[in-house]
Amino acid sequence: MDGGGALMDLFAETWQYLLDADSWTGGGGLVARLLEQLLLTATALAAAMLLGLPLALWLGHLGRGGFLAVNISNVGRAIPTFALLALLVAADWPGSSDFGPYGRAGLATLIALVLFALPPLITNGYVAMREVSTDVKEAADGMGMSRLQRFRRVELPLALPVVASGVRLALVQVWATATIAALVAGPGLGRIITEGFARNDYAQGMAGAVVVALVALVLEVAAAALQRAVDPMPSGPSPDRDDGLSVDSTSVAVAPTGS
Amino acid sequence: MTILGAADSGPSCYSRFVNEWFCWQYVEDRQGQITDALVEHVLITLSALALGIAIAIPLALLARRVPRLESAVLGFSTGVYTVPSLALLPLLVPFTGLSAATVVIGLGLYALTILVRALLDGLRSVPDDVREAARGLGYGRARMLTRIEMPLALPVAMAGLRVAAVSTIALTTVGTLVSYGGLGDLISHGVQRDFRAELMTAAVLCVVLAVVLDVLLVLLQRVLTPWTAGAR
Repeated sequence: MDGGGALMDLFAETWQYLLDADSWTGGGGLVARLLEQLLLTATALAAAMLLGLPLALWLGHLGRGGFLAVNISNVGRAIPTFALLALLVAADWPGSSDFGPYGRAGLATLIALVLFALPPLITNGYVAMREVSTDVKEAADGMGMSRLQRFRRVELPLALPVVASGVRLALVQVWATATIAALVAGPGLGRIITEGFARNDYAQGMAGAVVVALVALVLEVAAAALQRAVDPMPSGPSPDRDDGLSVDSTSVAVAPTGS
Repeated sequence: MTILGAADSGPSCYSRFVNEWFCWQYVEDRQGQITDALVEHVLITLSALALGIAIAIPLALLARRVPRLESAVLGFSTGVYTVPSLALLPLLVPFTGLSAATVVIGLGLYALTILVRALLDGLRSVPDDVREAARGLGYGRARMLTRIEMPLALPVAMAGLRVAAVSTIALTTVGTLVSYGGLGDLISHGVQRDFRAELMTAAVLCVVLAVVLDVLLVLLQRVLTPWTAGAR
C-alpha cells in the first residue's frame, strides 16, 4: 500500500463501496449493522444509567464510598475492552449464541457494554453531588427543606451538568466498545471493518470505519447539546465547565477507557 | 489462581478437552511466544506515549500563546477521542499500511489528546502570584517556563500521563486488527480457537502491565516533584 496511486485507488474504492446500494442493504449490510449497534448502545446505556446513577447520586448525597466511586474509573481504564469481550464470549455463559435482535454474541456484548459504561457514570455522578457547595446545602436546610427535598430540588439540578457529562463519556465509551465487539465476532458495525480486513478488502474496512466515526461524532455532538440544555446556570460561576469532556481532569476520568 | 500441573499421563491443562482458564503449563510451554507478545506490547505502548509527549508539549505551549489555536486543539482532541479505536486504525492504514506504525500513530493520537489537555490544565494551575513574583525577580519568558511554570505544572501533567499510559496499554490490544496488537494478538488467537488459557493469560498480563506502568509513573512523579509528597 505504497505510492500515491494506490492510495487514491483505495479512496476511490472506499467511495465506490459507500455509494453502492448493495453495501447498505441485506442481512450483513451497513443499515442492518448500524441499527444493531444503535440498539445495543441504547440498551446498554439505559441499563447502565438505571444501575449506576441512583447508586452514584445516593453515595454522593451521603458523601460515602468516595474512594470506590472515584477509582472505579481508573480500574475500568486498565481493563482492555477487547480482553473482557473475549473472556465473555469464550465463557460457557453468556457465550457467543444469538440474542434476539442483538445478534450473535449479543448478550456477551451487552454485558461488556454495561460494565464499561458504569465507571464514568458512577464517578461523575458521585463527584457531581459532592461538588454542590456546602453553603447552598446549608441554605436549603435553613429554609426548612427535608433531606429528600434538598436532594431533589437543590442538589440534583445543580449536579445535572456534571452527571450529563458522565453520560456523554459513557455514550462514547459504549459506542467504541460496541464497535470492538466485532473483533470477537460480535454484532454491530465493527463487523463491516473486521470482515473487510479478514478478506483483504480494505475499501470495505475503510468504509465501515468512516461510518462508525461519523456516527460517533454525531452522537457526541448531540450529547454535548443535551448537556448544555440541562445546565441550570449556562453562564454560571464555572465558565470552564463545558470545555470538552468532563468536569476537571484531575478528579474525573477524561479518557478513552480501553476502547 | 489455580496452578494445575498436569499429571504425567493425563492431558495437559490446556488441551482441547480440558481447556482450563488458568494453566501454568501453558505459560511454561509457550514462554517464548508470550514473551514476544509482551515485548511487542510494551514497545508499541512506549513508542505511542513517546510520540504523544513529543507532539503534546510544543502543541500545548503554542496553544497557550494563541487562544484561537487552543480552542481548535481542544475541539480536535474531543473529536479524536470520540472516534472508536477500531475505526481510527483502518483510517490510518492507507497511509501507513499494515504495520506497527499504524498502531503507534493511532494510539499516539489518543495519548496526545489526553496529554495536551493535561498540560494546558497544568500550566493554567500555576498561580498568578508565583508568575508575578518570578517576573519581579527578573525571570524572562524562557526561564520562567523552564524553571517556574513547567515544574509547577508537572503534577497535573503527570496525572494526565498516567491516564494516557494506562489507557494506551489497554488500547494496544486493538492493534490486532492489523496484526500488531502485542498481547491482543494472543487474545484474538485465543478467542478464535477457543483457547482459554491463552486468552486468560494475555488478559491478566495486560492488566498487570497497566498496574506496573502506573506504579512506575507514580514513583517517577515522587522523584520529580518531591514537594507534593504530603499533599496527595
